[in-house]
Amino acid sequence: MLTFTLRRLLLAIPTLLVISLVIFLLVDLAPGSPLSQIPLTVPPDVRQKMIEALGADQPVMFRYVLWLRQFFWVEPMNLFDGWFGTHIVEGEQRILSWQSRSPVFSIIGERIPQTLIVIGTAYLVGILIALPIGIYSAYRQYSLFDQIGTLFAMIGFSVPTFFSGTLFIIIFSVWLGWLPTKYDTTLQVIDWASFLEQIKQMILPVMTLGLANAASISRYMRSSMLDNMGMDYVRTARAKGLSERVVVLKHVLRNSLIPVVTVIALGIPSIFGGAIITENLFGVNGIGAALIGAIQASDIPMVQTLAFIFAVLIVLFNLIADVLYGFLDPRIRYD
Amino acid sequence: MLDANPAPLVQVEDLKMHFPIYTGLFRKHTGDVKAVDGVSFQIMAGQTLGLVGESGCGKSTVGRAMLRLYEPTAGRVVIDGEDVAKLSPEALRKKRPSMQMVFQDPQACLNPRMTLEEIVSEPLDEHTDWSRDKKLERVYELMDQVGLNRRFVNRFPHEFSGGQRQRIGIARALALKPQFIVCDEPIAALDVSIQAQVVNLLEDLQAKLGLTYLFISHDLSMVRHLAQRVAVMYLGRIAELSPSKDLYARPLHPYAEALLSAVNEPDPELAARRNRIILKGDVPSPANPPKGCNFCTRCPKVMDICRSVKPDLVEVEPGRQVACHLYGIQSATGSTGGTEAIERKQQGVNQ
Repeated sequence: MLTFTLRRLLLAIPTLLVISLVIFLLVDLAPGSPLSQIPLTVPPDVRQKMIEALGADQPVMFRYVLWLRQFFWVEPMNLFDGWFGTHIVEGEQRILSWQSRSPVFSIIGERIPQTLIVIGTAYLVGILIALPIGIYSAYRQYSLFDQIGTLFAMIGFSVPTFFSGTLFIIIFSVWLGWLPTKYDTTLQVIDWASFLEQIKQMILPVMTLGLANAASISRYMRSSMLDNMGMDYVRTARAKGLSERVVVLKHVLRNSLIPVVTVIALGIPSIFGGAIITENLFGVNGIGAALIGAIQASDIPMVQTLAFIFAVLIVLFNLIADVLYGFLDPRIRYD
Repeated sequence: MLDANPAPLVQVEDLKMHFPIYTGLFRKHTGDVKAVDGVSFQIMAGQTLGLVGESGCGKSTVGRAMLRLYEPTAGRVVIDGEDVAKLSPEALRKKRPSMQMVFQDPQACLNPRMTLEEIVSEPLDEHTDWSRDKKLERVYELMDQVGLNRRFVNRFPHEFSGGQRQRIGIARALALKPQFIVCDEPIAALDVSIQAQVVNLLEDLQAKLGLTYLFISHDLSMVRHLAQRVAVMYLGRIAELSPSKDLYARPLHPYAEALLSAVNEPDPELAARRNRIILKGDVPSPANPPKGCNFCTRCPKVMDICRSVKPDLVEVEPGRQVACHLYGIQSATGSTGGTEAIERKQQGVNQ
């Protein structure tokens, strides 16, 4: 298992290098320039100076290699310096956002808690709703519960978050007035009252995203349960005289969870990626909002870094899913 | 006066297992697959009843319905004095230790995520309050009985060969010391070289533990070797139920005759003279069986009466039961009552 993991990690290096190059070229070749927002009244020589100051006048390959060095050496070492008080990369240039001229990683550090709290909770809530629905739907296939569960999943699948989110705002904020329409990122949780406030403002975005997540996971759970429900070993378990609870929860569920756990693991990178639409809708100032802002402003270092971090997470969680599979299913061996 | 014949351990009366068919836009109940349609037999304690028939004739369904792995549609299954078909779920669970099943596919019937120890000792967790050591001791004892090396106790099913897996299946079935075991084609999925080992193991265990078997198989020579009595099934009904010696020497029912003529004869001289009966046509659908005798569409000796009246399983010779009009008429020639009864039935059908 260790050899397998190390081998996969080594193989990930060329994969990620190619991905980073492709992202860099795509972002660079896309139309638009970081200075397109600057008024035309700015004289050309001043404009040229501004471009030079950003480093945007350098050839693409040069900027790419510089970015690689910054990403893989300067930024990690900077973190290291921060932790241990050393001065390894002091004075070296970090990856700077072209919009704000502040380091991209500080921006990410500011944005990520919002994203993780809201989107992460939504994912967790989605899983917690989806698993029981999937399990019971499969156990009572074609029952009324199953039909309603299917309807719920279809709604979750087909209704886009910008619609369901707006609908929730209209119902719960405008008509009923129970919940705030906007997520206040400046709110600090210091006591019970502010904690309740935080919970209240999280409900709408969490519900919107949770519905979408729960829809797909409950379908996976249901079909995986159905696959296993008809297996011979389930009949064996019944013949052993086990109670129905044990048959379903121990024999069927444990085997059905194998593919579901991997699907859940593969979905985790999307938490970090944020949910661009939902974050914008509710004003959650997270990673998704940062990405969309950077794309609009042609902020190449920011877009490049964020996209590459997502790529790393996806590769990493693919590996984690494979390793998990090996742990959960004794039939699978990585030797 | 019945002391000489002990009461049968297993008694099945008119067992029916119909699977409903739902069709159309509104999933209307439009019919039933009559997988088992009125099967009755008895098995004496310590004996083996063979159940043979072609694929899809309902053999396995009989076994599963008997142990309530399916909910039988109708009929009684009395095992050791209790009607299994009518037990409440909790009482049924308590009854399970005394009746077990060895399944056909030894790969699929073992939970892939459980080790041998977990598989074999799980019934003990459920039905006993033994300590962990005592359960492990019992697992070892069972492994010795079925001839598995004790070192394999922590292995997973996929790490065993087919024959070994079937031994696990047998050990699992034996864990709670059952009286009655349904062997549902336990050798069908195995290599020929392994089949004999498993069959011998089953025989040894029967002799040692006094087990009663229902041995379901389509391997006629294996059944002949194992069973004292054999029931031949066709399309959900028993065609003939005879002591195995008599059946193999002189089958009475035309279907049994055709089936047995298909058994390979090792002696080439005898094989050349063998009178192979080849049936024409296909087995009718169990959802829509023929009106009279189930076999009337393919029977070489079919008569008019066969197409309208279902023959009952009756004793035509001592110990031999046959469901066929050929024998009904012979026995009825002496008494006019019998033929009248048949005529009445016919009229009833015609109206």
